[in-house]
Amino acid sequence: MVNNVIEIKDLRVARGGREVLPGLSLEVGGGVTGLLGPSGCGKSTLMRSIVGVQKIDAGTVEILGLPAGCPSLRNRIGYLTQAPSVYDDLSVAENLRFFARVLRVPGNIDRVVEEAADAVDLGDHRDQVVGRLSGGQRSRASLAVALLGEPDVLVLDEPTVGLDPVLRRDLWALFHRIAEAGTAVLVSSHVMDEAERCGHLVLMRDGQIIASGSPADIRGDSHDIEAAFLRIVEGTAA
Amino acid sequence: MRPATTLAVAGRVLTQIRRDHRTLVMLLVVPCALVSLLWWMFEDLPGNSFDTLGPGLLAMFPFIIMFLVTSVTTLRERSSGTLERLLAMPMGKLDFLLGYALAFGAIAAVQASLAVGVSVGFLGLDVNGPVWLLGIVAIVDAVLGTALGLFVSAFATSEFQAVQFMPLVVIPQLLLCGLFVPREALPPVLEAISDVLPLSYAIDAMQELVVSADESLVWRNIAVVLAFAVAGLALGAATLRRRTA
Repeated sequence: MVNNVIEIKDLRVARGGREVLPGLSLEVGGGVTGLLGPSGCGKSTLMRSIVGVQKIDAGTVEILGLPAGCPSLRNRIGYLTQAPSVYDDLSVAENLRFFARVLRVPGNIDRVVEEAADAVDLGDHRDQVVGRLSGGQRSRASLAVALLGEPDVLVLDEPTVGLDPVLRRDLWALFHRIAEAGTAVLVSSHVMDEAERCGHLVLMRDGQIIASGSPADIRGDSHDIEAAFLRIVEGTAA
Repeated sequence: MRPATTLAVAGRVLTQIRRDHRTLVMLLVVPCALVSLLWWMFEDLPGNSFDTLGPGLLAMFPFIIMFLVTSVTTLRERSSGTLERLLAMPMGKLDFLLGYALAFGAIAAVQASLAVGVSVGFLGLDVNGPVWLLGIVAIVDAVLGTALGLFVSAFATSEFQAVQFMPLVVIPQLLLCGLFVPREALPPVLEAISDVLPLSYAIDAMQELVVSADESLVWRNIAVVLAFAVAGLALGAATLRRRTA
């Protein structure tokens, strides 16, 4: 049996007095998994719990068989936060070099930096200060940091929001290439049309997983994933 | 703890400051200008007031400036998500703190060399002890400011709030450090308070250096300031949480 990369059991998280995740269980395997749901449904909280930066109230979160947040996982998980977390006053290359040193990425650091910048199509902007880049370029700089060191698990919180369709297509192709090389990729989005690009889908609403399976399975007879989402939500409500 | 990570943090902070030309110029030029202003104020007065107040001013700069700069920059790290990202990576909390302390200590060393150079070389400040010790006091002072700045940034949720900690944390120390009223002449309660404030010892160290050549007293004061700085860094480390709500 193939081991799950991520295993979550009865995860409960309250933020600001509100129960965001009221007992969630989920298993994620290899490949590209899409975590889809409306804004505010708990996607980011779930991802923060997986990375090990979220205070949790109950339940277990295991990544590669280890408890989330475990020190030996820290350079095996690449994490992209929703807001770009890079230094605005440093250039793209300076940001990448700094994070690569913190991650102890082996090999020639200049090559590592170059590859990461090229992967997100920022090769030409490598020496530009991040603060002067456009919003989309800035989030790609942040994505490049997550790719450093070829992590075993990539947790990407809305990496493609607001990007040009051509670039979005290229990034999804990149996620699939990374997944084929053996990294488990978990990508969240609130845009339902991104669903078709994932190998596996997890639909989320109000802190609960409402469906999990291949895009074709979830779509069923519905016209698209959005219609399937409505069918599932209204089916459970009735 | 891992020295390579500490150095990576220090190098990154220095690159950020180097990039910000205006901050860099202010960090280096303003202390020199203010020392000169103080000297000018007392030029026509009898006595050597500059010799008594100058050293105090030299001790205050690194502390105040590094306190402000650090509390704002670390607050920015907390709110921009870079701190969360770093703490999800193999980054030791102490590496993070010491990286900042190292970077700001290095800037303080340059800042102090310039300000001390101007004071001793051009303004005729008479120093009985070794001049390089003035620099050591300034660096330890800067590390203290950095440590306290890191600590208070945990209690601020905006840059407005972070700046408000300046009057709260710094001004009482300025008032009670012995520059305005000699510490032993303060009411007993205030004297006791001034005894537990780190800036008092930094000022004592500077003044000791100017009036006497007794290095042991200077080193004792430096040790006290350093102890406060280490305690501040430990408190700062306690405010860095890998998991947040």
